[in-house]
Amino acid sequence: MTFVGNLPFVVSMLLVCLGLYVLLFKRNLIKMVIGVSLVETGINLFLVTLGYRAGGVAPIYTYAPVGATQVLPTPQALTLTSIVIGLATTALLLSFAILIYRHYGTLDVTEIKELKG
Amino acid sequence: MKRALLAVAFLLVASFLLLAAAEMRPFGAPTSSVMDDYFLGQAQAEVAANNVVTAVVFDYRGFDTLGEATVLFAAVVGVLAVFRRLREDER
Amino acid sequence: MSKEMSVIVRTITRLTYVLTIVFGFYVIMHGHLTPGGGFQGGAVVASAFALFLVAFGTAGLKGRLNAHLLQSLEEIGALTFLALAFLGIGTAFFYNLLANSGTVFGVSVLPGPNPGLLNSGGTLPLMNWAVGLKVMTGIASILIAMLVGSRKEAAE
Repeated sequence: MTFVGNLPFVVSMLLVCLGLYVLLFKRNLIKMVIGVSLVETGINLFLVTLGYRAGGVAPIYTYAPVGATQVLPTPQALTLTSIVIGLATTALLLSFAILIYRHYGTLDVTEIKELKG
Repeated sequence: MKRALLAVAFLLVASFLLLAAAEMRPFGAPTSSVMDDYFLGQAQAEVAANNVVTAVVFDYRGFDTLGEATVLFAAVVGVLAVFRRLREDER
Repeated sequence: MSKEMSVIVRTITRLTYVLTIVFGFYVIMHGHLTPGGGFQGGAVVASAFALFLVAFGTAGLKGRLNAHLLQSLEEIGALTFLALAFLGIGTAFFYNLLANSGTVFGVSVLPGPNPGLLNSGGTLPLMNWAVGLKVMTGIASILIAMLVGSRKEAAE
């Protein structure tokens, strides 16, 4: 039970829990988009902290310190892809929120329930 | 009643996530790094680049970058399609 | 929009958006030497464009930028990236044909820590430019479409 030793992992899961709280307990559509963005941020942070080696430097050879261990580069590459996909998701969510506001006049999810056929 | 049930479910999921993060392997000691040691050792010889992360993104794992470029293109086309329909509704 | 932003905002924007665009091009160009690359530099240039849109509105774009030009540039970026991936199809898909070869961007790199050499990397700088162009113009198109689309909704 090492909360202090694994503090980066615990903090990224805390961000995911904050995003889940916003998604479950808030009713405004823009706040729910912020909640989705918080979950994605937490997962990106978790991916980056998975590749850390104790006492390591960045995996770049330009002006690197001589004889230092370098961290793993693959989780950083996967996080780049994940950030861009998060951007694409947020852009489409926001444009659908604009469309819903145009059609219903409100952003409250408890009032957007009718399926017009 | 529904909010109480929602609160209990949220507390269960949150405690599961936080305890799983605390019980993971120690921070700073990756379990196996055979592939990444190969990347760090051979990137300057094969790809002739100093930045190993860029070499991984564009050369060793270039196929994922192709998928990501496709996702970005689909998002731009989707947003433009939504707002083009709105503009033609008003004409 | 009848009211514009104040004089301070407009003057500072005129000074800083050009510097931000130049910094974004620097981050894209040196992607194979320092931290950065196509996606990061494209996001920097797109944020300069967002600053310009906030300060001047779409009235500042009239006669200067065409929406169809932005979409054509994005398609050119995507097709260039795909063409560079097919360049080394004789050995494998995404094979880096220009690295260590002596032609464009083909100088070899000494192993170990060194000050970077811009002429190295093979297809990596070209792919950085293609992806950077795609991200720049894509995010600019999204911003213009959302601004114009929601403004007409308020005028209804």
